[in-house]
Amino acid sequence: MTVHTEAPAAAPAAAERPPRVPAPRRRSWTGLWFVLPFFAAYALFLIWPTFLGLYYSFTDKSLTGRTPSWIGLDNWAEALGDERAWNALGNTAVFTLYSTPPLVVLSIVFALMVNRARRAGWFLRLAIFAPYVIPVSVVTIIWTWIYQPDGGILNHYLEVLGVQSPDAPTIWLQDEHRAMWAVVITTVWWTIGFNFLLYLAALQTIPQDVYEASAIDGANWWRQLWSITLPLLKRTTALVIVLQLIASLRIFDQMYLMTSGGPNRATEVAIHYIYIAGFEGYRIGYASALSYVLFVLIMIVSIVQFRLFSRKEA
Amino acid sequence: MTAVLDKPEAPAAAPVRRRRKRPTAGAVIVYTAAIALAVVWLLPLLWALSTSLKTETEASLGQDIHWIPRDWSLEGYRTLFERGDHLVWMVNSTVVSSIVTVLTLTLCVLAAYGFSRFDFPGKKIVFAVIIAGLMVPGEALIVPLFDIVNALNLSNTYWGLALPQTVPPVMVFILKRFFDAVPRDYEEAAKIDGAGHLRVLWSVILPLSGPILAAVGIFTFIGSWNNFLWPLLVATDPSMMTLPVGLGVVTGGYGLLYAQNMAAAILGALPLLIVFLVFQKQIVKGVAGVGLK
Repeated sequence: MTVHTEAPAAAPAAAERPPRVPAPRRRSWTGLWFVLPFFAAYALFLIWPTFLGLYYSFTDKSLTGRTPSWIGLDNWAEALGDERAWNALGNTAVFTLYSTPPLVVLSIVFALMVNRARRAGWFLRLAIFAPYVIPVSVVTIIWTWIYQPDGGILNHYLEVLGVQSPDAPTIWLQDEHRAMWAVVITTVWWTIGFNFLLYLAALQTIPQDVYEASAIDGANWWRQLWSITLPLLKRTTALVIVLQLIASLRIFDQMYLMTSGGPNRATEVAIHYIYIAGFEGYRIGYASALSYVLFVLIMIVSIVQFRLFSRKEA
Repeated sequence: MTAVLDKPEAPAAAPVRRRRKRPTAGAVIVYTAAIALAVVWLLPLLWALSTSLKTETEASLGQDIHWIPRDWSLEGYRTLFERGDHLVWMVNSTVVSSIVTVLTLTLCVLAAYGFSRFDFPGKKIVFAVIIAGLMVPGEALIVPLFDIVNALNLSNTYWGLALPQTVPPVMVFILKRFFDAVPRDYEEAAKIDGAGHLRVLWSVILPLSGPILAAVGIFTFIGSWNNFLWPLLVATDPSMMTLPVGLGVVTGGYGLLYAQNMAAAILGALPLLIVFLVFQKQIVKGVAGVGLK
């Protein structure tokens, strides 16, 4: 998923090569044999389901195995008028809106700090990136417990700090308005390591003499941050935001495990509703139509990403 | 091991800077803040570890919050092993992730080599179709994919869990790009010596591709190990579940046994934390590479 941006670079390079290196290659079928095993699996597990899903979206195909029949645009019409689907899409948008700013701003702050504190670099990187490699269910088991209203460690420290009284513990995951925030906080903790490493790598490519030159001109740290560092991180930020958008549209695991979409469907997201429609409601046809709506949305963001980053590299 | 890793990053710049500025108040503040932050970031894991080492009574809600167990105990871990399912999931995850990693590497290396070194009829179209696949989100395909795997009678099998994860177009790209940059002179020499294509790939190209193969392998393994949605659909039988699914669906439902839950969490986190510690360098570089190109 994450490495799309590298792809475009390959194409021009490959295109330019033949003139320089006298082409030893003749057109033959040999190359196809190398590509074929991958392509066969790719056709079966990616191309075929893509079309099968489109076909199912026009049928009343069910998980129960009864013979499906063609129902035209009924599923699509139903999806457009389905309040629960809109609610799920809305929640996905809310999650994106809540989670993207902290995931961008905090990872820049972390990266700036770690970039300065280089001698402790390995420990800091380890601590901040470690959660990223942990399976989602481990993350949710730990955080569900941290969020326990009565006896959970979060509320305990909120009480110690005097932010809340022990008589009225904050309800986190079971509260309609706070549940999404709770999931967002967990997600930030879990995934920020990736963005942090992206920023750290970008920071380390900025040559030191730029700073030294500007220091001679009398620029202080704050000034350097705003007129050198942040502008040079623009591309990374664009990348982080686009990757975040795509990841947010695909969000499911945390909500499924922490809140099951509740309370009152306040954290039910797009994939979750597809899951419910298809695997709990047995409506493969309808779930396929819903999937396609999401498919198109993700596709649009991906195309934006593709254009944004291939142009800069050209 | 890890201390060495910092060297390559700023060999030239750091000493210069350090000579210029002696440890200033600013530096002290930055170091303190950064280390405090890292510790805060580790707290959830440390809290889980601390709880997993308490007795069930000491860990239960309503007890006061304390970090050092008063009554050190491995009770949580012991009951976990007595139940046995955690071990089964760990084995399942290892098997599935290994199949995915080996197959992905094999399929993608062959395909990337084919695209990099040969010209064949239809190459452009096949390549374009794979490019298009970059934009297809796997999550949006779960419904028809589930149907296909079901039709192939692969639900609740290792193959059903693994096979659909073995076709990442991204990896073909990364490898092709790398192969494109490998000079052809070596191969020409090998070919003059009478080596066939597979032989050239195996004994000329692959030995030159160590780091990229390691990166692709590690990321594939981690991705597959942590995959949740697909195994959730395919492995409905608890004995076929992978670790994330088993922990989420079965263990997550234990409820009030906190010491045991946290022991499960710690054991669940451990395999990949070890992978991360061992391959820290490759992983950090791999992530960095996403943004730098």
